[in-house]
Amino acid sequence: MNTKNNLTASQPIPLSPEETPVSVYDLTVAYHRKPVIWDVDFQIPSGKLVGIVGPNGAGKSTLLKAIMGLIPKASGRVQIFGKPYQKNRHRVGYVPQRESVDWDFPVNALDVVTMGLYKEIGWCLPVRKKHRARAMEALERVGIADYAHRQISQLSGGQQQRTFLARALVQNADLYLMDEPFAAVDAATEKAIVQILQDMKQEGKTALVIHHDLQTVPDYFDYVILLNMRVIDHGLTAEVFTPENLQKTYGGRLTLLEEATETMRRREQSL
Amino acid sequence: MNGLEQWSWYLDGWIIVAGILCAVSSALLGNFLVLRKMSMLGDAITHAILPGLAAAFMISDSRSSLPMFLGAVIAGILTALFTEWIRGFGKVDEGAAMGVVFTSLFALGLVMIVQAADHVDLDPGCVLYGAIELTPLDTILIAGWEIPRVVAVLSVVLIINLLFVIFFLKELKLSSFDPALATTTGFNATLIHYTLMTLVAITAVASFETVGNILVVAMFVVPPAAAYMLTDRLGSMIILSAILGAIAAVTGHISAIVVPHWFGYHSTSTAGMMAVSAGLLFVIAALFAPRHGIIVVWIRRQLLSWKILAEDIIALMYRIEERNPQLKPDAGYLREILFSRSVSTSLTLRYLTRHAQLSHSNGNYELTESGRDRARQLVRSHRLWEHYLVEHAGMSAESIHKKAETLEHFTDRRLREKLNEDTIATDQDPHGRPIPPEENTN
Amino acid sequence: MRPFVLVLLFAMFCPECMIFAAGDHGEVQSQSSITDRSIAIPEWNDWKRVFLLEDYNTRIVIFGTTLLGMAAGMIGSFALLRKRALMGDALSHATLPGIAMAFLIATSLGIDGKSLPVLLAGAAVSGLLGVATILLIRNLTRLKEDAALGIVLSVFFGAGIALLGIVQQMKTGHAAGLESFIYGKTASMVASDAWLIGCAGLSCMLISLLMYKELTLLCFDEGFAVSRGFPVVLLDMTLMGLVVVVTIIGLQAVGLILMISLLVIPPAAARFWTEKIVNMTVVAIILGALSGMIGSAMSAIFPNLPSGAMIVLVATAMFLFSMVFGVPRGILIRKLRRHQLNMKVNRQHLLRGLYEFLETRGLLNEKQISESTFIPLSTLLQMRSWSPMKLHKIVKRAQQDQLVVTLQDDQLRLTKAGLLEAARIVHEHRLWELYLITYADVAPSKVDQDADAIEHVLGPEVIAELESLLVQQSSERVLQSPHAIEIQQQEPNSPRSSSRRST
Repeated sequence: MNTKNNLTASQPIPLSPEETPVSVYDLTVAYHRKPVIWDVDFQIPSGKLVGIVGPNGAGKSTLLKAIMGLIPKASGRVQIFGKPYQKNRHRVGYVPQRESVDWDFPVNALDVVTMGLYKEIGWCLPVRKKHRARAMEALERVGIADYAHRQISQLSGGQQQRTFLARALVQNADLYLMDEPFAAVDAATEKAIVQILQDMKQEGKTALVIHHDLQTVPDYFDYVILLNMRVIDHGLTAEVFTPENLQKTYGGRLTLLEEATETMRRREQSL
Repeated sequence: MNGLEQWSWYLDGWIIVAGILCAVSSALLGNFLVLRKMSMLGDAITHAILPGLAAAFMISDSRSSLPMFLGAVIAGILTALFTEWIRGFGKVDEGAAMGVVFTSLFALGLVMIVQAADHVDLDPGCVLYGAIELTPLDTILIAGWEIPRVVAVLSVVLIINLLFVIFFLKELKLSSFDPALATTTGFNATLIHYTLMTLVAITAVASFETVGNILVVAMFVVPPAAAYMLTDRLGSMIILSAILGAIAAVTGHISAIVVPHWFGYHSTSTAGMMAVSAGLLFVIAALFAPRHGIIVVWIRRQLLSWKILAEDIIALMYRIEERNPQLKPDAGYLREILFSRSVSTSLTLRYLTRHAQLSHSNGNYELTESGRDRARQLVRSHRLWEHYLVEHAGMSAESIHKKAETLEHFTDRRLREKLNEDTIATDQDPHGRPIPPEENTN
Repeated sequence: MRPFVLVLLFAMFCPECMIFAAGDHGEVQSQSSITDRSIAIPEWNDWKRVFLLEDYNTRIVIFGTTLLGMAAGMIGSFALLRKRALMGDALSHATLPGIAMAFLIATSLGIDGKSLPVLLAGAAVSGLLGVATILLIRNLTRLKEDAALGIVLSVFFGAGIALLGIVQQMKTGHAAGLESFIYGKTASMVASDAWLIGCAGLSCMLISLLMYKELTLLCFDEGFAVSRGFPVVLLDMTLMGLVVVVTIIGLQAVGLILMISLLVIPPAAARFWTEKIVNMTVVAIILGALSGMIGSAMSAIFPNLPSGAMIVLVATAMFLFSMVFGVPRGILIRKLRRHQLNMKVNRQHLLRGLYEFLETRGLLNEKQISESTFIPLSTLLQMRSWSPMKLHKIVKRAQQDQLVVTLQDDQLRLTKAGLLEAARIVHEHRLWELYLITYADVAPSKVDQDADAIEHVLGPEVIAELESLLVQQSSERVLQSPHAIEIQQQEPNSPRSSSRRST
């Protein structure tokens, strides 16, 4: 699997580091000394819609958060367009899971989208009309401009998801990291989000999307990463999204590997 | 001259008894407050019973009659209820709802106490820290014995709490961890919740005169928290919390007398020192608890990393012997390859030498026979893992070395045998080097 | 942001006038200690003195507590939204040992132990130590935040009480001075104290105004803030630092036990009056100021009312009022809205039921017939799960609005207006059903329930949008029911009434 490198039939010229949206080397993250993701290695080609799939608890969210430095990593290296995330933050838009906030907060959709510009506006400086105008544009792009002044708990799940998406879009990033944007949204919103992703791809942006619905992977993503604690495989969807790989991802576990990991943990505790 | 000369077993003895009774009855219930993440609700209730107490005082004009308990219980239940209402109907954050309810009730109680201070002999300072020092002065007659009233009341409360915990242990355990499951199993988790809150209020009232409203929280929360550091089993936790609470009571009173003396002062508030003693016990438990103590965990981690380093050294020596038998490395060479720190390396090397796994001369090291045996086991584990990872995990030969290096430290003979079965039994690792057979090792 | 600036300007200039206005320096009956036992009704003169701020001491006190209320309202809004209400409580209790320690150290060094800056410095140090301990316990042990708060609160407070026991024994100890930090005692507030409160409070407000958007983002979505590179830990510490400062300046007015109320109650009350954070903060500032003002005024007029407790009770009264009557989030307004929605829903169900009754019997085409056919109430009862009494009420209201006409209380018919309205409702309903089936892949069998729920909250703009979307299908004035269409396609012979579901 690692022997196949990231050169694909359609991209004979290897990308330079600055052009590679995400490169991950040997990434390991552990919670309480139990590895959650282990030795993850991949590079994403630019201008693609990349899906990350795997069973629950496989570490998908952890992977995304570790890429952004939201959680500490035990080992490994991550580069965004050739530099560490901290240096290229402004080129990355993040769409977190909907459950990560309390939607009863007293702000409306426009306020949330404007938050995407706070870093750009700068410390202690006020939000101006032009910023709000850009936020409105982003809301129009995702199709909920009419709901701009509605308090966010009065939005439907799909509208909340689109608000988060707009917040990422308003930054004009080149790479978008999305954590389960399609979870529990209505069909209309799902279609709208897919359309936005396609538009982004046309503009040459890259998206790394955690997805939970295996049925739609071939339709939505041209590149896929199969993750279950380690990367089972990654590459063009057509080549990699096979029954055997899915079986390896979702099905059989490496029991001895698990046993050794357990032993590790127990030994440490009983010393 | 340490202040204890004035110790009177009659006076101080009863004070200690009252303190112990208060601490133990509070600790019993406090276990469930801590486990249910409701420590602050305990704090809220103890604050909020003040108006109930004040009302009872004003009505009944005496200190420890039934109205007082009734008033407190009502206030306690109302606190939990109002908090729920404000949180539910007002859609206010839970902590804030609690804050609104108990502070307003406490303020109300303060106003009542001050306003009615004419009728009632109640010093607001009592609210803060009780008046445990007055315990022996107010006695009643029970079966011919003169027993301080507070002690009698607390004993009753202790028995009630003990019975509650003993009879409902299973239900409390279940509803603390999984209220939904508890309800489907057929008993009412809400009922248990409100009963617990009621008993908390009753205990707080009974403790009102020993440690006061605010410090009783220390008795509810701190000994159980300390016990939680020391054990993983609920039964042990409850017993430990009671013991720790009692110790805090005793040391609290003694230190209240003794410690100020070191600085030339007379004794200070026993209730305050009880809280401080409980806190110190907690700190000690948190740091040194055998399993979860912060320092213990840190030491364990250090030992583990040294163990791994020791094994890495002899495994490395084995591989060096394989490839370059002439080479007898010194500490610096090993350090360079293993990226280890000099202190750890020298410690480990000394350990290995002492345990006859290595022999050294002039700073250069060599494996002994027993060292070679151990090294063989390690290398065998490592290479079996490499095989397994290549075969089963589809990993490439280049990337597995590091992972196998981690795994080899945790592989015993049994696991090695399973590995051997699982991989096609072979005597060469994926890099083409021989895998040491099992028979030579032990 | 403009309302803020106005409020701040007001805060800065108005109280100054109050203090420096020429006036006699008479005294209101001296604020007695909290253990004073007498009860007396204040006289009219006393009321006048306090409320017209004729009394110098009262002016100071009201100035101080008002500014305190404002600062607490603003900072407390963020603390509330960050869900750190109780941490403020633990923090204020944790200041006690610092106060006592500061007194002891200062006295042993020969400095006046009771000077406010000294004591407040001590309070700040132990308050911050308390916060650090809470974080340590939470992060390094298995205990959760609530236990950490309880431990720090009670143990630090106990240490403080123990230290106070020593302070009481000192010659200069006279603990009445220090104990006032526990319950609050505005009587001992002098001009310099009030200035301290004013300056510190205003600085806190200014800082949080400057960092308004960063603090908002921190409270709303910490993960996103980190991903954008905001130093979240620093921001958190800043917020807690502001809480510490506000707590400390309030120790004298409200006391440490109740200080948390000023940080929690006005913001929580403000939340009921708005859905925008900016307005919430402004309202919290106003409510906090009012609590301080009115509370301390009442404490000055009536004897034996501890100031801290009075401020809290005034704030609570405002909270209760806001919770019940607040618009838009108060309980009453929400009940009213729900009631109105229910009425609208029931009205629409009634009209739709009547319309469809006529439709299935093919009576719609003849205007005369449709407007004169009487439908028994019992039929309607079968369509929905209404009780007879409820149906009766709904019908009565519809009759009042001249949409139906009843006959002998058990039959009714649509009026012309009623027929028009019913047609409109049915059309919208079916439009929505069609949309759901076509675009949202909702199964036709399920679509009724969804449409039922959604249609009642749709506004006219959405209806217009729906229509333009489905213009090719809405060639009839009223759409056929999708169920009817579907079943007709499957079984042309089945009676149309079988396509009705009864809900």
